[in-house]
Amino acid sequence: MSVSLKQTGATVVTTNQKKRVAFLGQPNTGKSTFFNRITKAGAGVANWPGLTVDLMQAEIPIDGQTVEFVDLPGIYDLDGFTEDERVVQNFLQNYAIDLVVVVINASQIDRQVRMPLQIRSLGLPALAVLNMADEVKRFGVEINTLELSKSLGMPVYTISAKYGSGCKIAIDGIHKAILDADKSYKVSSLVESLEQNPVTEDDLIKAIEHGVRMPDPGLVTFTNRMDAVLLHPIFGLPIFFISMLVIFMAIWFIGMPMQDPVGDWTDWFQKAALEPALKFLPQIVQDFILNGPYAGFAALLGFVPLVAFFFVVMTALEDSGYLSRAAYLMDALMRKAGLDGRGFVMQLFGFGCNVPAIMGTRTIRSRSQRLLSILVIPFALCSARLQVFVFFLAIILPTHLAPLALWLLYLISFAVAFTMAAIFNLSGHFKSKDPFVIELPPYRTPTFKQVALNVWNEMKTFVQKLSVFMIIGTTITWFLVNYPGGSEGMNTYAGQLGSIFEPLMSPLGIQPLLTVSLIIGFVAKEVQLAAVATMYGMAEGSDGLKATLGGVLNFGSGFSYCLFSLLYVPCLTTVATIWGETKSTRFTIFSVVVSMVVAWVVAFVFYQGWLLFTAS
Amino acid sequence: MSNEKMTLRDLEVNAAATVSEVISDGSEIGDGFKTRLEAMGIIQGRSVRVLRKAIAGGPYEVRVGSTTEIAIRRSEAELVLVTPA
Repeated sequence: MSVSLKQTGATVVTTNQKKRVAFLGQPNTGKSTFFNRITKAGAGVANWPGLTVDLMQAEIPIDGQTVEFVDLPGIYDLDGFTEDERVVQNFLQNYAIDLVVVVINASQIDRQVRMPLQIRSLGLPALAVLNMADEVKRFGVEINTLELSKSLGMPVYTISAKYGSGCKIAIDGIHKAILDADKSYKVSSLVESLEQNPVTEDDLIKAIEHGVRMPDPGLVTFTNRMDAVLLHPIFGLPIFFISMLVIFMAIWFIGMPMQDPVGDWTDWFQKAALEPALKFLPQIVQDFILNGPYAGFAALLGFVPLVAFFFVVMTALEDSGYLSRAAYLMDALMRKAGLDGRGFVMQLFGFGCNVPAIMGTRTIRSRSQRLLSILVIPFALCSARLQVFVFFLAIILPTHLAPLALWLLYLISFAVAFTMAAIFNLSGHFKSKDPFVIELPPYRTPTFKQVALNVWNEMKTFVQKLSVFMIIGTTITWFLVNYPGGSEGMNTYAGQLGSIFEPLMSPLGIQPLLTVSLIIGFVAKEVQLAAVATMYGMAEGSDGLKATLGGVLNFGSGFSYCLFSLLYVPCLTTVATIWGETKSTRFTIFSVVVSMVVAWVVAFVFYQGWLLFTAS
Repeated sequence: MSNEKMTLRDLEVNAAATVSEVISDGSEIGDGFKTRLEAMGIIQGRSVRVLRKAIAGGPYEVRVGSTTEIAIRRSEAELVLVTPA
């Protein structure tokens, strides 16, 4: 009685050494939550040759056999052409699989039934898991699993991945199916096969006509009542801005201070354990280890609590369904800059710290829109840069004007980000292939377990991915400021670099000594002020230093230095994150170059303008 | 009133309609858009209803069938031909 589908015969049959199960499904179906359940959260990120993204993967022993489980990206169409859809197509064409688990949001079975039918038409062995059993009840969707299983021609299980009901039976079913599987399948040409044998509208109707009853389209749900307020044409935006402000304050007042204890701990560890343990080594080697690689690793660890806190907020915001609404609310404005509405939220979070904001762009599905967001987030005035500005503005301006200048820097930060996005959008390089149609999932309560698991996985990969990058970065900087041996200040390689750049930096009013602090500030804005002190040979934050700087800087050169600090590469961790997120060295270099050029141009225009203005 | 040229964009808030066709210009992007809409449930014969419209030319919130809700830009809503219910 199953829907009759022509099978394409486009499938190559082989036998895998290790059986492989692929998880497939649309976004917002809870596919990854179920994947985490079946792999007991033991999955790790793995690189697959030929694919542009990392996939979550786990190996699980079942009855003495090791079976590989892979979580494919959530996609809407198997035959689509967006980045994620290409990844899935490539995967199914290049890696033989023994079983496809299609995860479906059961309450939307009327449209999601297409994917299991397509998988069957491709001739792949499959099993369907209907998730969100709790929502099905709330919506009043009626599903007869037995009938549906007959018409789909594959086993069907109903579960709630979030609350766990039905999961045991479904997992047992998957185990049994994989143990019974004796052939592996690879699709030879996926898009062509689906073109030749499309799943028609009739097939969709037939597949659900006996087993499914959908509720009345006029149904008013809890989500509809919430949206009437939260997406209100007039009140929607103010509510959005207020909730963003609350979240921003939470990041600022709860997330930021969490960095301090980690800094204290790494300092303590250095003094109590590392320094005594390294005593036997020559002084220069000790110095290298502590101020090179260890400093880099410690800086990275310092970010962990903040990034973790940020991810708690982000995951909760995304799981709740409000982040998609932000895209709806902000679209009218963001469309003009070619940005996704969710990009706005991340830009805002960038004012706290750029690193997690860049990681948060993952919620933007279209790769080109995502890259555009990643490119402009580093212009957001983060809290680390704030210290630099507070210090310098106090030197160059009277107390009552400094806050005004700071406010101006915030405005410039946002204006530059928006303008650059608009320029790059016009250039056409970041033109989105993704249509702007986004799902607005029903409001959901995120569970503690879901959020905790996600944050834990993120933190694991954050430290793993970025350690090497940070260690290399700090090692190079250490070398630059300490060599040639015995030299200090302007005689070091860093100082020499400062002199080399003088022709470039003097039109900005920035002196070589301060140029060096910018070079060192590349590692982290936290050390930029320390570098200024070192270069002038005075204690950090001392009155002597302030007086000296007050003597050499005027408003023009001081504000120019601030503008440059605002717009050039914020810190090594940000660069490392851009690289980790895009997996593209070219794009990472491009983003660094863009920020340098923008910083130079803006500082140049300001300083020269100021000179003209004061001369007249 | 049956008007063949009526699109999703022309619908008033809360007016229900039936999808009659999704237009594609035949380009990769046009076809891709059409399949994306199909995956979202905008399929010939299915019901759609505009739940609300964002201000300043922003997107529409549309219910597709009975359990799917989407946001779609006005320019893209023009590609969905509908017959008012």
